[in-house]
Amino acid sequence: MTTIQPTMSPASKETRKVITTAVKYIPLLFLLFFFTFPLLFMIASSFKGSNQQIFADLRSFRAFLPVGDVSLDNFKFVFENSNFPRYLLNSVIISAITILLSIIINSLAAYALSRLKWPGQKLILAIIIATLIIPGQATLMPLLLLVANLPSISFAEGLTITKGWLDTYHVMIVPFVASAFSIFLFYQFFLELPKDLDEAAMVDGATRLQIFYKIIVPISGPVFATVAILTFIASWNTFLWPIMTIQSDELRPVMVGLQFFFQQNVQWGQVMAYSTLITIPVLLFFFIFQNAFVKSIATTGIKG
Amino acid sequence: MATAQLTKSASPAQERQARSDLISGLSMGSPAFLLLLIFLIGPFFAGFWFSFTNQRLISANPTEFVGARNYLRLVRLGVLPLEPLVDESTGQLQRDENGKLIYPRSREFTRDEVKYPQYAGLTEWFTLDQGTTRYIILAADPIFMRSLVNNFFFAIVVIPLQTGIGLLLALVVTQKLRGENFFRTMYFAPVVTSMVVVATVWRYLYDVNNGLVNEMVRVASFGLIPPVNWLGDPGFAMWAIIIMSVWQGAGFQMMLFVAGLQQIPEERYEAASIDGANALQKFLYITIPGLRNVMVFNFIIITIAAFQLFDQVLVMTNGGPDNATSTVVFHMFKNGFREQDIAYASTIAIVFFLIILFINYLQRRVTKTGETV
Repeated sequence: MTTIQPTMSPASKETRKVITTAVKYIPLLFLLFFFTFPLLFMIASSFKGSNQQIFADLRSFRAFLPVGDVSLDNFKFVFENSNFPRYLLNSVIISAITILLSIIINSLAAYALSRLKWPGQKLILAIIIATLIIPGQATLMPLLLLVANLPSISFAEGLTITKGWLDTYHVMIVPFVASAFSIFLFYQFFLELPKDLDEAAMVDGATRLQIFYKIIVPISGPVFATVAILTFIASWNTFLWPIMTIQSDELRPVMVGLQFFFQQNVQWGQVMAYSTLITIPVLLFFFIFQNAFVKSIATTGIKG
Repeated sequence: MATAQLTKSASPAQERQARSDLISGLSMGSPAFLLLLIFLIGPFFAGFWFSFTNQRLISANPTEFVGARNYLRLVRLGVLPLEPLVDESTGQLQRDENGKLIYPRSREFTRDEVKYPQYAGLTEWFTLDQGTTRYIILAADPIFMRSLVNNFFFAIVVIPLQTGIGLLLALVVTQKLRGENFFRTMYFAPVVTSMVVVATVWRYLYDVNNGLVNEMVRVASFGLIPPVNWLGDPGFAMWAIIIMSVWQGAGFQMMLFVAGLQQIPEERYEAASIDGANALQKFLYITIPGLRNVMVFNFIIITIAAFQLFDQVLVMTNGGPDNATSTVVFHMFKNGFREQDIAYASTIAIVFFLIILFINYLQRRVTKTGETV
């Protein structure tokens, strides 16, 4: 194995080692460029004032760098001349409420299915697991018809009941709160926890609900994080459903807003500024909580 | 044994416990169970029913049962053989100015319900020439057929491409080099970026005159390859969507492969080294077999995603040009939402569901390992 040429000096051996290491980085760097150039272009262009400048920069690496005549004008335009702040607020409201309700009701259901024994429990569990195979898009059309006919209660002028959930906040929240997949993730996690935990607390006279939020919830941080992250990604990125159910501009979430913004013949830099604004927070969040993100997204693989 | 006896002769305390468990179980679980029933299970079965009716989103007329009409409208095919026109005076075959044979138009058959009832309701999908006979393949819904073919094409190209690139990424980030974690993170970044944002940005990258993609192709080919109209040319549009989708998704496959690589015991490589195996042999006989299950898993995930293709299409091409990028889900969206034909869209959804079901069935046949779902 040790067949080093006798002529080779220690110094050149060292150089060779450096060179082989450097060579190993070439594919890594090439792939790094391939997987980041669209995002770099997006960020760099968001600072450039005119289309002319973006086009002129295409011919060099300046396309990926915020150089030349750079300013925050595009961001100012997005905030002042479009409904972006409203879209952003809508998405934050929708995501926050969906995540909150989703982790509460799905974890409760999973707790009832995994750690309690009652007649019908096995059947309900089997039904929930069977529904995992249904892709979300397969039920969209009947769901659209359903929400168009559900009664809406409003207290604006006394009590009024109107037909249809279209063009409301709750049409983007309520149908997606319960999730068979989230229940399944919670269920798997709760099943692994030792049974003695509940029994000891029962002896002390605690109710099931107390056991759940005093004992189970505090030790189930990872699975709550996973479900919260997945629910966040899904509701932040929601696109097809609000296109079908939302007509008024004031209710649009950010992704649908982006689609409308870019159809208005605005400058390239302005679209890139909008895109950057809705991407950077998610990316930062991902960079900070990398492991949790990757683990969560990897679990979606087991879903059909 | 002792516990079995205990449960058999349930004490009053245990009975009380069982009853209270039923009450707590139902009260804790019912919000989720009810919502799933209303917004998932109900619509799923309603979709089956709608596919046999003429249900519309908004309609003054009551809904009627129509049997298999929607299914026939979706999948019915026909073949129309045509003979070239003959010049009656000379008895020769008629030719146009380019010397091509002239055929009667297929519309003359498909629009004539009285003389040709078997072709009624069908339109031309594509043609095949055999000798002088031209076979017109007719479909009740050629755009659906086109969409189905597009989905299959997308799947066939993306499966090897995305799996291959994912594996390559996994291999380059597990060489135990410094900074690997940084590279992993960056390769994964497109996966966490919204598809709508990604598709919007790539729309600009694919611009004919001022697109970065054309510019990079020009530089890489020393100016030999002329600019391509990526999203406007029916021959390139699907490829444009494929490249972008692979770019967005490969990081996901990388992560699964990295996990798979870590499962392969180090001793196998050491033993192979002692036996004098080279790097390629180790890759072929240890790495690849060791990744078999991850590989199958990746195939399934990509295939299912391929049949769900939608966001990119709506943002980048709107199904065009000439339906070249239309997909099953896009076609469903067009019929159900734009045309408000819930019944027909539900029919498409059922066919879509059956395809997904079949892919899942294949997965079980191939892996037969512990995956519960």
